[in-house]
Amino acid sequence: MSHTKPLVEDFATDFDHADPQWVSDPYPIWEDLRTRCPVAHTNRYGGAWFPATHELVSRVAKDTENFTSRSVVMSNLRPTDEDLPAPIGIAPPITSDPPFHAIARRLVLPAFSPGVVNALEPQIRALCNRLLDDMGDAAVVNGGTQFAQYIPVGVIQQMLGFPLEDIEMFLQIVIDVLDSIDSSAEDRQATADKNRAYFEKQIQDHVDNPRDDFTSYLLNAEIAGTKLELDHVIGTMVLTLVAGIDTTWSAISSSLWHLAQNPDDLARLVNEPELMDVAVEEFLRFYAPVTMARLVAKDHDFNGCPMKKDDWVLLGFPAANRDPEVFEDADKFIIDRRENRHVAFGLGIHRCAGSNLARLELKVAIQEFIKRFPTFTLENPNEVTFSPGQVRGARNLPIRVK
Amino acid sequence: MKVVINADACTGQGRCFGIAPELFDFDDLGNGVVKGDGKVTPELVEKARLAEANCPEHAISIEE
Repeated sequence: MSHTKPLVEDFATDFDHADPQWVSDPYPIWEDLRTRCPVAHTNRYGGAWFPATHELVSRVAKDTENFTSRSVVMSNLRPTDEDLPAPIGIAPPITSDPPFHAIARRLVLPAFSPGVVNALEPQIRALCNRLLDDMGDAAVVNGGTQFAQYIPVGVIQQMLGFPLEDIEMFLQIVIDVLDSIDSSAEDRQATADKNRAYFEKQIQDHVDNPRDDFTSYLLNAEIAGTKLELDHVIGTMVLTLVAGIDTTWSAISSSLWHLAQNPDDLARLVNEPELMDVAVEEFLRFYAPVTMARLVAKDHDFNGCPMKKDDWVLLGFPAANRDPEVFEDADKFIIDRRENRHVAFGLGIHRCAGSNLARLELKVAIQEFIKRFPTFTLENPNEVTFSPGQVRGARNLPIRVK
Repeated sequence: MKVVINADACTGQGRCFGIAPELFDFDDLGNGVVKGDGKVTPELVEKARLAEANCPEHAISIEE
């Protein structure tokens, strides 16, 4: 992991999102970069940029001419034009560029529309309660490893129609893809090959036994009268698994981490349940889990920075959400913040396709947890850990519930 | 007063129909659509204003 690399001394010229300081508390770093840069640079990962303001994050997100989405997870495995099946990318539509992007996105959006997603609420609520039941009478529970992580895993497992007993393996796939940013290119490729074999097996099972789930939906989907290529189906399944799990898991765990340390906010949520919708948006703003990445598509000047083709750009939506130019008292968590134009789900054509589902899972998870445990505190703040890399959330989260 | 969605700017963030379901609905892709003629009755003025103020894409406007 990151211990083999030198620690960052100046994030403006040598930033690393896997540096222990960034992982444990990135917010002061971003605040410093906003006033000093506002676009940071690093030679790590083969060269990368990090715009720290809302305005510049927004500009990158909406500029699909100068920035490509062909790879959205920054790592040492730097893809070249030959490595990626243009214009599909490895996980459409998140890795697709226009014009193919619109086709791939139109294909998946109906499966994640509010009408479809809202129907899942009873099963999400039941899943949360099963997890809470499993905690028994314990005085100390783990909000991360016993609760938050299993909610999106359970939802996605049912959605894809994969075997229930594979849940631990899904978690490992997610962790392999997102947390192993410092692994060698060879190790990452070996993991990708192993995962692909698993998906091919599940697809074959769905071909043999079609059923009403997202996997069968993708296998039946057509673009201009032609079934999707196998790479497209697998890519979208990988995306669903990877983008749908530790993102939401992180949002849930960070929200519980906040409530465990802020008894006034917890009491308000318990006593004023009508606050939940605005509170969920503030959790999303304040603890936005997802930072995306882009590759520079062509040499150009960006806000005075000489960006070169194939440089990485780390797209910090969580940093944009703390920009005082856009948010009043940006560094304060305000549970009843009514005006909250946060960008936790991104901006522009790549807006998180699963945002309606993520929002529902987050809301139901918090509702059920505080219903079961109306008061709780952090058991040992020093034991709390946060995930490294582009999806930030509390992982180990010991909570005293009685 | 009426609410208007700029369909070119809307990406389906879902805030408008979450905040003001009386004024906004969603289509089968999850993009926001204005209900009916978008006319805002006095009791919905505050919700219309909040929908406008919360859209991350600045896709909503209020016409007097």
